[in-house]
Amino acid sequence: MDAIALLIAATLSSGTVLALAALGLLINERAGIVNLGAEGMMLIAAIAGFATAVHTGNDWLAFAAGAGAGALLAATFGVLVIWLNTNQYATGLALSLFGSGFSAFVGINYVQAKLSERPHFQLPWLADIPLLGPALFRQHPMVYAAIALTAGLAWFLYRSRAGLVLRAVGESPESAHALGYPVRRIRLAAVLAGGALCGLSGAYISVVYTPLWVEGMIAGKGWIALALTTFATWRPARVLLGAYLFGGVTMLQFYLQGEGMQVSAQLLTMLPYLSTIVVLVLISRNAGWIRVNMPASLGKPFFPGS
Amino acid sequence: MLKLEPRPAPSRVMSIASPLLALAITVLIGVALFLLLGKDPLRGLQVFFVEPLKSAQALSELAVKAVPLLLIALGLAVCFRSNVWNIGAEGQFVLGAIAAGGVAMLAEPGTGRWIVVPILLAGVLGGMAWAAIVALLRDRFNANEILVSLMLVYVADQVLGYLVYGPWKDPDGYNFPQTITFLASTKIPRLFDGLRVNIGLPIALLAVAGFWAFLFRTYAGFQLQVGGLAPAAARYAGFSSRRALWTALLLSGGMAGLAGGLEAAGPLGQLTPHVPAGYGFAAIIVAFVGRLHPVGIVFSAILMSMFYIGGELAQSRLGLPKSLTGVFQGLLLFTLLACDTLIHYRIRWKPAHVPAEAPPAVTDQPAAAEGQA
Repeated sequence: MDAIALLIAATLSSGTVLALAALGLLINERAGIVNLGAEGMMLIAAIAGFATAVHTGNDWLAFAAGAGAGALLAATFGVLVIWLNTNQYATGLALSLFGSGFSAFVGINYVQAKLSERPHFQLPWLADIPLLGPALFRQHPMVYAAIALTAGLAWFLYRSRAGLVLRAVGESPESAHALGYPVRRIRLAAVLAGGALCGLSGAYISVVYTPLWVEGMIAGKGWIALALTTFATWRPARVLLGAYLFGGVTMLQFYLQGEGMQVSAQLLTMLPYLSTIVVLVLISRNAGWIRVNMPASLGKPFFPGS
Repeated sequence: MLKLEPRPAPSRVMSIASPLLALAITVLIGVALFLLLGKDPLRGLQVFFVEPLKSAQALSELAVKAVPLLLIALGLAVCFRSNVWNIGAEGQFVLGAIAAGGVAMLAEPGTGRWIVVPILLAGVLGGMAWAAIVALLRDRFNANEILVSLMLVYVADQVLGYLVYGPWKDPDGYNFPQTITFLASTKIPRLFDGLRVNIGLPIALLAVAGFWAFLFRTYAGFQLQVGGLAPAAARYAGFSSRRALWTALLLSGGMAGLAGGLEAAGPLGQLTPHVPAGYGFAAIIVAFVGRLHPVGIVFSAILMSMFYIGGELAQSRLGLPKSLTGVFQGLLLFTLLACDTLIHYRIRWKPAHVPAEAPPAVTDQPAAAEGQA
């Protein structure tokens, strides 16, 4: 029983990592921009957050540093793709390559650094419920923040005027432009929000999830988050569910190892990547369904007046 | 205010000048970075741009790193030209190395030098097979090739890990995760005594000619490029986009696999978890900086190889982390993409239309305010 509760708890924590980043990318993509730089932003945010936590001991400052670093990188990306009309795929890729190099360069002095013991969180009373307590109510506040963010984002996209405008920009930037909306500035705002959330996720990883810094520690989570947006057909609630599902797959490997399963470690490490491929295949099989759900201008540049 | 204005036709001059401009900006940022770190920038530039060219030994090392980059980037150029986003060349490289290593380990003491041919063929096939997964999933199930090819990089690393930690581990290797050292007969023949550069170099140069001919002198190459530039036109002309997808992925996978085979049976001489060295990712930058043109890629592969060697020297001579290489590589691609804007647009000075005393700007478009850069 305890093992199950721990598995659920670990799944939620691991899913939160993916959810934060994927929700950010969802905002990007709803505005029509694909940012393949997620992995790079998360890496740089991870080292920014970790370094801040080492020096200040304050996790919230660390999260702010991560989000800030993510937003700063996203701003560079945004100016390039939105104003200079560079290819979105290539520019995002450049950001990911730069991020892996730059984070390794900056992080070299933090490889051995350790964070002091972090406080354990628990909700009063609820945490003492058997099974449910350890599974659900002893999480880091960020886990609940991700759930709140999902609800907030769903409300924003489907119930608020600004969300409608954002979706309009992603569906048809020409129409939004003709109606007088500042398409480029809206896209930049979406890209910044996406970068900040990817950054938050990166900092959460290096400060809370696996509190240390190693080169390349994001290990493809940025790319899995990118796959999640497709998997969720660009809907916030499905992003969260998908993130927990993938979090569960990631955690399953540790669980199975703990249970003494005779499976090679490499095969277990492959699991999240293999399941990403399998899920992508299952979801994408129906090309028509993807086309209906995908923001229509996704990945296409928009140059007003041309 | 600066304003971007579309050019009537793409500028050929800028298309050549852009990589040079990007390199200049990257070097300037590099100089600033060296100053910031309290290192002599002249020494830094020397380490990156002079030392790698100084002697026959240095040139040989330059070629050892440029060859895999060149081979992989040639294949990627075909991919990117046909709008197929294979970013998993690193995984295809690893599978090529695994397949080539598998054949190399079959060699026995009496085996002749001919074994090198099947070793390299195995490398090509290994890379092709890994890329074929991407093509199959894209073709049959419409799965995004960017994500699938990238996920397969992580899977390939684990396959390699499984082999060198498990069935292929050298029984006399003190439990290190590595295969046996391949026999001398499997070694890729070197060009000169005492230098590490091997027949990979002439193979790569032949490949440059081959890819140039394929892209610009064959109907199939033409079809691929039309499909990349104007999918609708390609469809109208009856060019098969499926064939283009398979051709591009098999070619680039094969080239990455060949590079992996040359690396495994060449400089490495055994398989370890350190086979993936990032060539597959760096080659993406090489392909773009080389304008996706086989001849341009030769120059950008040399440049990127200088970045690698410069990074290693910066570590040993200046005490800077080797990852400086990755910083400069990423910066170069970033600045290149920014500079490439100048191929399709030109920058114009326009009087700002903010203050009242300024003459009213001619707003030829409803959203002139939007177009401000």
